[in-house]
Amino acid sequence: MSEKTLVEGIREALDEELARDPNVFITGTDIGPRGGVFLATQGLYAKYGPRRIIDSPLAESSIIGVGIGAAMNGMRPVCEIQFADFIHPAYNQIVNEAARMFYRSGGQYCVPLVIRCPYGGGVGGGLYHSQSVEATFAHVPGLKVVIPSNPRDAKGLLKSAIRDNNPVLFLEPKKGYRAIKGEVPEGEYTEPLGVAKVTRAGDDITVYAYGMMHFYCVQAADQVAEEGISVELVDLRTLNPLDKATVLQSFKKTGKALIVYEDNRFVGFGAEIAALLCEEAFEHMDAPIMRLAGPDVPAVPYSRPLQDWFMPDVQRIVEAMRKLAAY
Amino acid sequence: MLKLDTAGAKDHNSHAQEHPGQATAHSAPTPDCLVEMYEVMVRSRRLDERCWLLHRQGRIGFHISGIGHEAAQVGVAFAMQRGHDFLHPYYRDLAMVIALGMPMRAILLGSFGKQGDPSSGGRQMPNHYCYKPASIFSVSSPVGTQLPQAAGLALAEKLKGGNRVTVTCIGEGATSEGDFHEALDWAGVHRLPLVVVVENNEYAISVPMHLQMAVERVADRAAAYGIRGVSVDGLDVFASYAAAKEAIDLARAGAGTTLLEVRVARITPHSSDDNDATYRSPEEKARVRAQDPLPRFQKQLVEMGLLTPAMIAEIERRAQAEVDDALRYAENAPYPPVEWAMGPVFAD
Repeated sequence: MSEKTLVEGIREALDEELARDPNVFITGTDIGPRGGVFLATQGLYAKYGPRRIIDSPLAESSIIGVGIGAAMNGMRPVCEIQFADFIHPAYNQIVNEAARMFYRSGGQYCVPLVIRCPYGGGVGGGLYHSQSVEATFAHVPGLKVVIPSNPRDAKGLLKSAIRDNNPVLFLEPKKGYRAIKGEVPEGEYTEPLGVAKVTRAGDDITVYAYGMMHFYCVQAADQVAEEGISVELVDLRTLNPLDKATVLQSFKKTGKALIVYEDNRFVGFGAEIAALLCEEAFEHMDAPIMRLAGPDVPAVPYSRPLQDWFMPDVQRIVEAMRKLAAY
Repeated sequence: MLKLDTAGAKDHNSHAQEHPGQATAHSAPTPDCLVEMYEVMVRSRRLDERCWLLHRQGRIGFHISGIGHEAAQVGVAFAMQRGHDFLHPYYRDLAMVIALGMPMRAILLGSFGKQGDPSSGGRQMPNHYCYKPASIFSVSSPVGTQLPQAAGLALAEKLKGGNRVTVTCIGEGATSEGDFHEALDWAGVHRLPLVVVVENNEYAISVPMHLQMAVERVADRAAAYGIRGVSVDGLDVFASYAAAKEAIDLARAGAGTTLLEVRVARITPHSSDDNDATYRSPEEKARVRAQDPLPRFQKQLVEMGLLTPAMIAEIERRAQAEVDDALRYAENAPYPPVEWAMGPVFAD
């Protein structure tokens, strides 16, 4: 074990998969000699060369479309969209094409494609370098949506995503690229897609989170523990397909649920968790299901106090935990 | 849950190195080849016509026609190493998929939405072809989406050091899509083994070409991407074949992508749900009908001494019999069980 940052976990996964499988290649903007704007691909161009690490034209739809075609011709492309905010021109290729290809071709062609994409706010990125897009894409059948919250998972989940025979949208919490550190095992390992993880056992309330919000929830849970509130924390890790069993199991234990996400609250992922709990565990409910989420304004503002107003943080999570525990 | 026939998908989209079909295309079509091209055109035409009737009789839900496009499609298809080279087609490519070996029964199963439709198992609308045994990729309805994918097929082929050429087809309307621009940009930058065939029938449903683009020829658009642009009479099999053969040979030799415009005639409305009388005058429709490439090619082959009246009659008889057989087969086939709607959604 050694301590790594989240972005180092990403880079190690890419490096190891490039070394393991000659069909893996990376494309996207600035991922070559520049090493990516967040340095996720740093050093890979020097190691694997321009045939495996291909700087793309600045054209998101075709970054994905070319990836789909290459995937259908036996490759395992890892396509980087530089910011989640820039993924929208590729929506048609992701949703209408990649996600539907296996179904629409009656199983003749699958699309083993990974779309890596930094997401999330709190970095001074304003409207177009801060967005969270998971609810938009988790809605789409045929597309897996994965969000790691720590370096170990980042590496293990990304390796699984690359080996998966389906399109996977791999959303990386950019604020956590260097802020989130953790132990990463030496040697080969993977983490399974579609499996949530109880990252802290507790009895009073269940908190569901992923990505950067999970990182904050760990700190918030520490704080309220000193007040005698026992939090069970579930890191969803994969939003689609959702690990319903783990979600339900924890709720049946505590009867109280808080879902924390920085995406806009309205029709966000929290609504799906809340609906699942209502439909399948209603008799276990001891309190109204709570959501703590980004407000329903078009995007994260740039100016510091405005950004702070938008972003859920440890203090707000602590307050929500207290409120739910006290119900 | 039904067992999918995922023999292709299971081995990670691998493609057989050898195909039992035609190994190489001839530099000029041989007499036998020309007669075969003619027969494909007749087979496609008779099936196409029957589909219009089936739709008007309420027996199938939809049809989208390739009538008037057959000469270009047959010319392109026969210039390919059929079954070996990739085709990422669009919905008007009936003659092309027949030329590449897609069985008529399979096509009509799709029209009826019946079990065993190889394109999608009845999930997609008719004429959204997908047939892996002939290296045919899945047609989408939003136009132009296949272009970056075709660039990706070609890029992968180049990265792997393979020798397949990717051929993809669109109408001239789709050249206005952003995906057209992005795909051709990749094609130029990476000198991809790709041929982009634009079947220009001068209408995108009802929108005429002069409202679609300000250039004289679709092929003019190629200059923006540093690729070849070629425009030919797509009503002529010989011209279509020769241009496609050259483009495919250049692509295979590493000389990059050609934007190949084949100028064709859309003799029918856009689809079974369109009424082209709302935007084409009777005079114009008569003019377009007079451009029919099938009698033209027949006349050429008769004059070359390759077709006799007896051969023409025999080819007609075989085509009608094949359509009749496929129709009986597809209409009598069962519908897919409803479980087929449920998935699988994800590949193993």
